[in-house]
Amino acid sequence: MGYTCIEKIIMKNLGQNHVRPNDIVTVNVDRVMIHDIFVPFVADKFEEMGFEKIWDPEKVVLIYDHLVPTSRVEDVRHFQIGDAFAAKYGIKNVHRGDGICHQLMPEADYVKPGDVVFGTDSHTTTYGSIGAFSSGVGYTEMAAILGTGQLWVKVPETIRVTIDGKLPAGVMSKDVILRLIGDLGADGANYKALEFAGSAVDSMSIASRMTIANMSVEAGAKAGLFAPDEKVAEYCGVSIEEIPDISADENAKYAKEIRYKAEELVPVVACPSSVDKIKPVTEVEGTPIDQVFIGSCTNGRLEDLEIAAKILEGKKVADYVKLIVTPASREVYRQASEAGILETLIKAGAIVTHPGCGLCCGRSGGILSEGERVVATNNRNFLGRMGPSSVEIYLSSPAVAAASAVSGRIALPAL
Amino acid sequence: MKIKGKVWVLGDDIDTDIIIPTEYLAMKSIHDMKQYAFSPLRPELAASIRPGDIIVAGKNFGCGSSREQAPEIIKSLQVGCVIAKSFARIFYRNAINNGLLLVEHDLLPELVTEGEDITVSVGEYIEHKDKRYDLSPLPTNLMEIIAAGGLVEAMKKKNSRND
Amino acid sequence: MRMTISEKIIASAAGLEKVSAGEIHTVNVDRLMSNDGTTHLAIDMYNTLLKKPRIADKDKLVFIIDHNMPADNPKTAAAHKKMRDFAREHGIAFYEGKGVCHQIMMEEYVRSGELIFGADSHTCTYGALGAFGTGVGNTDFLYAMVTGKSWVLVPPTLRFHLTGKFREGVYPRDLILTIIGDIGADGATYKVMEFTGEGAKAMNINERMVLANMAVEAGAKTGIFEPDEAALEYLENHGRKPKYLFKSDPDAVFEKEYNYDLSKIEPVVARPDNVDDVVSVDEVGDVKINQGFIGSCNSGRIEELRTAASILKGKKIADGVRLLISPASNTVYLQALQEGLMDIFIDAGAMIMNSNCSVCWGGCQGVIGEGEVLISTGTRNFKGRAGHKDSKVYLASAATVAASALAGKIVRADRVIA
Repeated sequence: MGYTCIEKIIMKNLGQNHVRPNDIVTVNVDRVMIHDIFVPFVADKFEEMGFEKIWDPEKVVLIYDHLVPTSRVEDVRHFQIGDAFAAKYGIKNVHRGDGICHQLMPEADYVKPGDVVFGTDSHTTTYGSIGAFSSGVGYTEMAAILGTGQLWVKVPETIRVTIDGKLPAGVMSKDVILRLIGDLGADGANYKALEFAGSAVDSMSIASRMTIANMSVEAGAKAGLFAPDEKVAEYCGVSIEEIPDISADENAKYAKEIRYKAEELVPVVACPSSVDKIKPVTEVEGTPIDQVFIGSCTNGRLEDLEIAAKILEGKKVADYVKLIVTPASREVYRQASEAGILETLIKAGAIVTHPGCGLCCGRSGGILSEGERVVATNNRNFLGRMGPSSVEIYLSSPAVAAASAVSGRIALPAL
Repeated sequence: MKIKGKVWVLGDDIDTDIIIPTEYLAMKSIHDMKQYAFSPLRPELAASIRPGDIIVAGKNFGCGSSREQAPEIIKSLQVGCVIAKSFARIFYRNAINNGLLLVEHDLLPELVTEGEDITVSVGEYIEHKDKRYDLSPLPTNLMEIIAAGGLVEAMKKKNSRND
Repeated sequence: MRMTISEKIIASAAGLEKVSAGEIHTVNVDRLMSNDGTTHLAIDMYNTLLKKPRIADKDKLVFIIDHNMPADNPKTAAAHKKMRDFAREHGIAFYEGKGVCHQIMMEEYVRSGELIFGADSHTCTYGALGAFGTGVGNTDFLYAMVTGKSWVLVPPTLRFHLTGKFREGVYPRDLILTIIGDIGADGATYKVMEFTGEGAKAMNINERMVLANMAVEAGAKTGIFEPDEAALEYLENHGRKPKYLFKSDPDAVFEKEYNYDLSKIEPVVARPDNVDDVVSVDEVGDVKINQGFIGSCNSGRIEELRTAASILKGKKIADGVRLLISPASNTVYLQALQEGLMDIFIDAGAMIMNSNCSVCWGGCQGVIGEGEVLISTGTRNFKGRAGHKDSKVYLASAATVAASALAGKIVRADRVIA
């Protein structure tokens, strides 16, 4: 009997040698992430439930990223409640303004391949990039996990996505996942796990895999998984032998199998206002824009800033267009500073902001006006996400975003 | 358990940013937030909903963020239940955890008009214009949470039993 | 001719041989600057109140977006769009996200001897280069935009003789706060504060800006320094020549003279809620802080960032304290990057913001909450300035802010450096 990646992770977690899709099981949680925007609600529910202590405070990570820097006076209440909760229940892993939660969790070694991780944010699927079963939950369920260390899960079916070949120049992993979401639809992977494989995937950096795992939830998926390989081992600072065997079996059963030839993929955008409204850039090229945002847990990493800098080197952001760049963590900022990337971006006229969620979560950091248009590398473009409902958000890769910033219109990267 | 109410119709892919925009998430309570429910799409809706009303929507209702305020607010507006062609998964769990009844039905959203009355007999049928449409029962573990009144109540009971 | 620097600038702008304090004259304005605090209002007036709208000389106008940068809500975004569209339509120089308005003006435009109006009170900053810069409201701005002229009531000048040298850990910021504490928030109302003496001469342009910038907080019309070699060098480094090099005549009339020995100045703070409630840091008592801010048109330049970096190097700010650092322009940001200062700040746990008014202005990023305490290099500390109405703001030098961020409470920088 062959098993998929997620089935293997769940089996290992339960100490069982068999599970089936749709089984309802109770997993033991390896780590949880709670972020600033929801911590007051988590704290409330936790105490309401009558728990007296957290099952294992060492397994809890509290991250302030959405409200950093503050944009409303009420924001500090979240820090005060978070700090008090951490102090009361012995949570030591607290990150204040160190970067976006989904960047810090793998970066700071809170997640290992084979782990089961839950977070109070839908893009918790990101850590599937290093072979963890990680998914978003609401604050009530997070409170229950804090008290019990467990969560019920319905074993998801898996859709296997294989991408073979070599991505053309200018095509990034963001274009891959956007294409997939366009083909599947925003609910095409509802309740399922996405599992990624193929030679193109093998060549991808961890950062590129993170982009794909991150956006899996936008197709409705419970998880977006990559079997851990040498690259993952290196990223996690372990030897490949130390990684549990969670790669899918040859004869694993999938609900669906989708194949792509990497060479056939092109730069795309998700058009306003849904993530699955995908069009090739060639179809929207030349559309005038007012702003570009490069950042977020989807595309705020060094490789994203690096490609943006490559495109912006020696050039300037178009007149009357704003380019906002937000590195995903202090570590990314440091590396970008050392590599001269930040210098290149600022010389081109970029507005570089402190590591955090920034404009993606739409509370501040570049809100737009009626009818304005933005090209953004984040993960959602719903109505009202970055200003009034008439604001048009196009999601894209950092390469397309940077090229568009130079042109002042949606543009293809010349790479 | 039977729910009878007036219908409000929404479309496909109603995401959590529409159900409650991010800019209101740092308000102190659900009570403060609920007046802004659905505001980017239908600013008048929150004030118009009456206790027991039913929301009927298309596919992928509640997609987007994991913000639990989304179902909690709908519950606080005293919506009797939400019927949709499909629900996004985080929203689904969050709704159950808040005791908000969700019903998945492929056909009904195409048949109803806003303002009509329908009746939902939980786990059994939906009645609209004298026609009945079958419903399958929810999984046992989910019904347990709803029966308890939500996950908080379920945990409270569990913890007081342990004392 | 018995004129002060300011009188000479006004005289030349009025096309007259001589002016005296107390006279009202019509002047040509050399430059007009407006930021996103109020430009949209001026544009509305331009569009709705004027029978024949026209701009006297678009090349004299500069529009700068810095206060709510990047925009924090649809209203500010709309105000920005209005400004952007107007600038684009009329060919007006436009800066968005490049820096704080007064820093950009100093880097790109101000020339010694010019008369400059800005729709922002800290336009007095340009006195650092021996220009007469003063803040005006929308209506005055609009009038000057349309006609190229305005009227000025020639202000009397108060002269501040600066002698001696600052001790270690004491900075020009401490001096100007001390002066404002001494003369009061209305101590220079409608006057010019002219800084002179060996102490003034020894100051670089950054330090002169720190002083001139706060003149308005004592009620002054402007603050000014004699443009000397330091000013010429600054102008040359920025590709410009002075318009005039005016000095105050030996027999010029000053309303009052003050003397300050820099070596006697202590590190100070301005306590909430008044800029003139100034006490030495030693007297402030045990004051825990929630947030520190280094930036603003007053103290966001490379010299101040260097000072802060030297204090923060290799250390971490206190747990739970937020330290926000905002360079005054992209030019400063770049230089700070190249000098490795940003790495020091990132390692210390500070937050590095893009160049904007932010925390000083309390309207966009970095606002503080109920009951919180901010120590800041900004220009004002009125009630509610930085956020919640029940929050407190202490003004201090960049050094004091950096030291306090390390300690989690207000402390003297020289004690920390030791």
